[in-house]
Amino acid sequence: MTLLSVQNLRIRFRTGDGLVHAVNDVSFDMAEGQKLALVGESGSGKSQIALAIMGLLAKNAEIDGQIRFDERDLLTLPAAQMNALRAAQIALIFQDPMSSLNPYMTIERQLGEVVELHEGASRAEARKRALEVMDAVRIPDARNRLRAYPHEFSGGMRQRIVIAMALICRPRLILADEPTTALDVTVQAQIMALLDEIQRDMGTSVLLITHDLGVVAGFCDDTMVLYGGRVMEAAPTPAIFDAPGHPYTRGLLRAVPRITEGDVTLSAIPGSPPNQTAAPRACPFAPRCVDAIPACHDGLPEFREGRACIRPVEELT
Amino acid sequence: MFNYTLRRLLTVIPTLLVLIVFSFYLMRLAPGGPFTSEKPLPPAVMQNVLERYGMDQPLYVQLWTYIKNIVFHFDFGPSFAQKDRTVNDVIAQGFPVTLTYGFWSAVFVLVLGIPLGIIAALRHNSIWDYTMTGLAIFSQIFPNFVLAPILVLLFTLSWGLLPGGGWNGGQWEYIVMPAIALGTSYMAGVARLTRGSMLEVLNAPFIQTARAKGLPERVIIWRHALKPALLPTLTYMGPVFVYMITGSVFIDVFFSTGGIGQDFIDGAYSRDYSMLLGLAILYSLLTFALNLMLDLLYAWIDPKVRSSL
Repeated sequence: MTLLSVQNLRIRFRTGDGLVHAVNDVSFDMAEGQKLALVGESGSGKSQIALAIMGLLAKNAEIDGQIRFDERDLLTLPAAQMNALRAAQIALIFQDPMSSLNPYMTIERQLGEVVELHEGASRAEARKRALEVMDAVRIPDARNRLRAYPHEFSGGMRQRIVIAMALICRPRLILADEPTTALDVTVQAQIMALLDEIQRDMGTSVLLITHDLGVVAGFCDDTMVLYGGRVMEAAPTPAIFDAPGHPYTRGLLRAVPRITEGDVTLSAIPGSPPNQTAAPRACPFAPRCVDAIPACHDGLPEFREGRACIRPVEELT
Repeated sequence: MFNYTLRRLLTVIPTLLVLIVFSFYLMRLAPGGPFTSEKPLPPAVMQNVLERYGMDQPLYVQLWTYIKNIVFHFDFGPSFAQKDRTVNDVIAQGFPVTLTYGFWSAVFVLVLGIPLGIIAALRHNSIWDYTMTGLAIFSQIFPNFVLAPILVLLFTLSWGLLPGGGWNGGQWEYIVMPAIALGTSYMAGVARLTRGSMLEVLNAPFIQTARAKGLPERVIIWRHALKPALLPTLTYMGPVFVYMITGSVFIDVFFSTGGIGQDFIDGAYSRDYSMLLGLAILYSLLTFALNLMLDLLYAWIDPKVRSSL
């Protein structure tokens, strides 16, 4: 069953330099329990998609298209109803656990207020739930750390708290915006394992937003690759890795360093991300694409059979 | 926390001693003295006067006697310039006045400044915001010696609503104008500062987290944003508060309140050594007390500060 449906989403920002076209015509569906990855480099619009789903875009954003969650149109939902969905049904895990927790409130209150708000829990119940969820994300000695403040925890522990905060009302959809980017590599693996375990226990859908293909490989059923605010390729994760169908995806995969090959030179995609102050009229990746032909600079490629590229897969390098 | 407070209180003693010794010698270095006048006193009379105030003794003996009297008798000595009044008398009479209007002025600053700043921040870039910011800048550049006459012109001379000066035992009509004249520019400062820090806090990631929790805006502001937004205001209010309750010389003179600022100025002109030293001690004690209070308030608000105490 479709839980989330994003159709023709466009997000533009009014800035001093004119309109910035951050997200251009992005569509995708998520089923209950599905794990979908949104992959792209910074500026590809991936975080803005998550914020749009939460209804938390900056004030200078203009948004078109449709976002349906459980048969409700989120873009036209009244503020109070949107608030009732947030954290209760759709939860957001932010990127930087160092700044996304309130430094002036105890962990207990920050976790507890979510249950108090959405389920009308009493203080005592809220404390119990906070404790449960802290145990679930395996924060050691949780009982004695309820009254602690964020600065008393390490980065990895704080991200566990952020995850606990997202889980506490058992939402149906979790949007994880670069949940491991700010963490040490060893801690990253632990956090991803934790997310994976929780996802399987609760059957939650997870939209994982990342620039790190390594994180995606072990976790997500499906992967969507974004570039310049457009979907370049969408496919089941194994297919993306084994038979990437878009030059950009291929470039990304080549840029992942591999120890096994004994080749230590890092490959990078030449050029820089596109200027998004004009609405795209051609494939945004064409200027950096090794496989580009003149026709690529002329008209937007249609998204067909999981990829937005006019060149047949067989012809790609 | 208790230990910290105790430690802070104990540091007051050595600091005060240094302050007393330093001020004592500094004053005596200045030319002239309390009994110098255009027509010099006959040497015999001068000798008598000096003996009467103990000023015939060497300086260090005078200093020692001064400190001894304070420690054992809480006696700050006789005024050298105001006949038959001791420094204790002067402080007991003038300080309550200054403290009263200074306190109300601080209340005025906080009760008006903070809400105005918050409203401006919440209505960012609206007509409310612009009006508020404009008014704040306007009143911040208005010094009290311009504002006070304007107030008197309007409220006393034109409309006859408030008395133009005096104290009369501290009835409210006599407090209003000194408190407003003293506080207005600080009120504007507080409003602007609160607006700025509230805007900054509202853009902080943890406020975004609070929004993602589905909390209504009202709860986000009261529960999540207010405390951090008030921290810079607190820092600003520390020295301002000391300045306010120790009184403004101008306010005391202009409104003839009989506050302590007048005594300080008179003391400086007439080389009233004991008066100056006594008031300096009073000011520094107040500074100590308020700084300690602010630091404890900080610790109460900010858990990071608390755990470092």
